[in-house]
Amino acid sequence: MIATNQQHFKSETYSFPEMKEISPLKKIITSQSIKIENLDVYIEDQHILKDINLTIPEKNITCIIGPSGCGKSTFLKTLNRMHDESPEVKISGKVYVDDENIYDSQVNVIDTRKKMGLLAQRPCPLPMSIFDNVAYGPRIHGMKKRKAINQTVIQYLQYVGLWDEVRDRVRTSATRLSIGQQQRLCLARGLAIEPEYILGDEATSALDPLSTKKIEELFVKLKEKYTIILVTHTLRQARRIADNIIFMYLGKIIEAGPTEDFFTNPKKQLTKDYLSGSFS
Amino acid sequence: MKHLEEKIFKIIMICAAIIILGVLICIIGTVFYRGMSALNLDMITKLPGGGFYLGKEGGVLNAIVGSVYIILGSLVISILISVPLVMYINFYLPPKSLFSSSIRFSLDILFGIPSIVYGAFGFALMIFLGIRASLLGGILTVAMLIMPIMMRSFDEITRLLSRDLPDALLSLGATKYEMIKVILRQLMPGLVTAILLAIGRGIGDAATVLFTAGYTDNIPASLNQPAATLPLSIFFQLGSPVEEVQNRAYASAIILTVIILVLSFSARYFSSKFSKNKI
Repeated sequence: MIATNQQHFKSETYSFPEMKEISPLKKIITSQSIKIENLDVYIEDQHILKDINLTIPEKNITCIIGPSGCGKSTFLKTLNRMHDESPEVKISGKVYVDDENIYDSQVNVIDTRKKMGLLAQRPCPLPMSIFDNVAYGPRIHGMKKRKAINQTVIQYLQYVGLWDEVRDRVRTSATRLSIGQQQRLCLARGLAIEPEYILGDEATSALDPLSTKKIEELFVKLKEKYTIILVTHTLRQARRIADNIIFMYLGKIIEAGPTEDFFTNPKKQLTKDYLSGSFS
Repeated sequence: MKHLEEKIFKIIMICAAIIILGVLICIIGTVFYRGMSALNLDMITKLPGGGFYLGKEGGVLNAIVGSVYIILGSLVISILISVPLVMYINFYLPPKSLFSSSIRFSLDILFGIPSIVYGAFGFALMIFLGIRASLLGGILTVAMLIMPIMMRSFDEITRLLSRDLPDALLSLGATKYEMIKVILRQLMPGLVTAILLAIGRGIGDAATVLFTAGYTDNIPASLNQPAATLPLSIFFQLGSPVEEVQNRAYASAIILTVIILVLSFSARYFSSKFSKNKI
């Protein structure tokens, strides 16, 4: 299994950051694109996502908002094929990531997940040291040299602003960090596998305001190189950081558009009601 | 009135706690009271000499070594089977699959089967395979006895694991096998608990080894030689009319208890050493 991973790793055209680089985000991604056509998702007999058609702008932050149970998280999970683990989920339609339908039978799910860095709602550090948490992704994808791994770990920890806080205890357990630090660690861990896209599933909802601010600032910094898709519950957060908003309700996309436009000039009545707080 | 109810219930609860503590103290007290006089270095360093069961010189080294061999051997077998099984039904099969629920159901049944039935089954199996009463027979039968315990308790702990960790690993692009390796680190304390429960039941059981391991006054030198065990040794010594020998049975019981304690503490020690990065 590891052997096949290595092959995938070698076949990639980009490499991990090198020592002299100041920014770890060396990988030059020429074009990123996510295009979704006629996506329907059923969980058991429930129709969760209904005929989603969408193009997600590259190197932007796109926020998906909507009331609980509208299918936001389900949608996010279709992008990195996490539904593969649940046999009761049926998916039809096409999801093109970099012009390749990720639900094609010949697409390797590991490759797809490697392209998508996921930041979950609650930080979930792996049961190992801070260092090994970040090193885990590069290691399983074939990075062997100790020097390269050290370099990668330090750079990504620096990038998320965690290095100075943990530099004297990177070999201690990651679970001893505060929740906010853990979430930044998870972000560094996700970035270390060199994704092209970042998915956030209410990534700040468990955090205190200060940690939330740090994560938000990181997202804004990251959109230079990555396409970011965030599910969020807080309208204010969406307004603060998003370039584009997608409003979902009962499994359908009601309205989508640039943030300013969306908030100042909503076109649908449902959107107006949601923004004014008539339902949530 | 309500106040009275409260008081009565509180008294019942305190009584229950005292009874449990009392039983424990009585058992340990009796064993030590009768066994301490017979406990000496000879008991743990010497094999039973001629006439040992009639009060002559000797010790129970044969049974100590036999018991430790059998429990370690059966632990190896049952860990090698339990861990893959539990990982399979928890992370490879769908949550509500018929196969996993039938496995859990059979484990529940196996859990409840009395040890003498395992002993009888092991005995029948050995006759069928042409194995005589031996260390190997004992190891296999005790493994059958402790496997359901280990699997069931390890399974319970594994089911409590939140989905966050598997999801986090898979979203990093880990294969299922790579995921399992990390999950096992997280589950290490749970596995150790399962092993301890299995040791507790396996090492003290006389019925399984009665026909399958046999009994001998020597230390088995190979897998197909018979092996003595502490529970049987206690049984034979208690059956002696000589009071001194009966006291040695209690001394053997102390040794058995100490072995369980040593195995427990070392398991805890190694588990905390291997998973020092756990929560």
